[in-house]
Formats: sequence, C-alpha cells, structure tokens
Amino acid sequence: MSDSLEFKYQIDGEDFARVGHASTDVKKKLKMMGLPPDVIRRVSIAIYEGEINMVIHAYGGEITVTISEGDVKMVLADKGPGIPDIEKAMTAGYSTASESVRNLGFGAGMGLPNMKKYTDSIEIETELGVGTTVTMHVKF
Amino acid sequence: MTIQNLIDTGRFEVVNAGDDLTREIKDVFCCDLLSICMSKGIEDAAWVTVMGNVNTLAVMTLTDMACIVLAEGARMDEVGLQKAQSEGFTVLRTEDPIYPSARFIDDMIHA
Repeated sequence: MSDSLEFKYQIDGEDFARVGHASTDVKKKLKMMGLPPDVIRRVSIAIYEGEINMVIHAYGGEITVTISEGDVKMVLADKGPGIPDIEKAMTAGYSTASESVRNLGFGAGMGLPNMKKYTDSIEIETELGVGTTVTMHVKF
Repeated sequence: MTIQNLIDTGRFEVVNAGDDLTREIKDVFCCDLLSICMSKGIEDAAWVTVMGNVNTLAVMTLTDMACIVLAEGARMDEVGLQKAQSEGFTVLRTEDPIYPSARFIDDMIHA
C-alpha cells in the first residue's frame, strides 16, 4: 500500500442508536483490506470508545481515519466542553457519565484507558469550552 | 456447537434468528458493562448479558461474538430489535439468571 486512504465520519451528539456506526464501518473496510485481525480489533475498540465519548460528553464531532503503510491514524475532534483533568480522565474507573448513560451500559470509566491500552500512541489536545482532539495510532 | 444447535435445545426463546445459524459457538462470555465487553469480548462466544439495546449489538459485531443471550428476563428494546432483524444478528433470551444460562451453554459446547 503506497497511497494513504482517508475516511471521515460525522458523529451525532446524544444519538446512542448510532454509536458504533463509524467503528463498524472502519472494521469492515480494514477487513476488506486484509489487515491483521489484532490490528482491526484494536482500531475498532479505540474508535468505538471515542464514538461513545463524543456522544456522551461532547455533542458529537468528527472522526478521520487514515490508513497508510504500516499505520492507522485516528483523529477524533469535537467541539465539546473539553477535559478539565486529563490525568483523572485517563484513570480506569473514573467517569463523569450521567446515571442515564450508565443505565445503557456505559460510564465504566474505561473509555480513555481502553483507547490508550489498545493503541500504540495517543495524544490529547483539549481546551475548556473549545473542544478536544484525540489523535491515536495503531501500527502494523 | 452451532447457533442452530443452541436454539434446538429449546432452552432459550428466540428473539431473532440471525443470518448464519451454522456459525460455531466456541465459548461463553458474561458481562454487562459495554466498555469492558468491548475490550474483553471473546470471538465466537455466546454473550450472556442483561443489556438489551442497540449498543449491545454494536459491541457484539465489533468483538466478533456469535450471538447474544439476554438473561434475567431482560428484553431487547425496539430499536435494537429492528437492528438485529435488519443486520441478521441472533438474539435469544431467558428468564433464568446469567450464571446457569452461561453454564448451560458451556456444558453444551463441551458435551
């Protein structure tokens, strides 16, 4: 693969019925491209967690996935409230999700920790009241 | 054991029979917190849970689990049911608790 491929997804805020749309589609595409199953799983988990975060916390946003030689780059950008304390947000089990969100099975405080665990690198840029951009890479 | 074999035991009510009933069930997975399921879900497992919504189906797809078994009398909500029907996912249900349901499936796999 010499050229890179790019896919963009718009994520609607508060639309829990659509969560998983981007990650499922990326998974299908990576499968068709013949990427290793472990890479597909890690990318799927990272994007799915990102989708959930965007819906729960950030009124939606945009996900850009770029696949190039040996690398899947995922950029998740939102115009949400920003993350006040990244260190806390990265702590497994810490969650600010509402009761209604928890009732759907989310809010275990595993989102960002899972994204970190399953990717080779994660970078979070956040500004209160402006938004958050999470950039992740999975190498293969 | 295939999904069809599991259905044929008559132990579970069929909420939706999926597209591929010949698919092999190789393991059982039990969990209700979707973020944990997302990272720990076992490929080709029957997933026994009380979470019956469209997100459950998304996690099942992403982790390549074989089917969903709703336990404790849990039901799939309307949006989830429509999704299961349109995408061809198998969803079963039971009034029984999670453990005996999972134990039954495990016993069937190893019978």
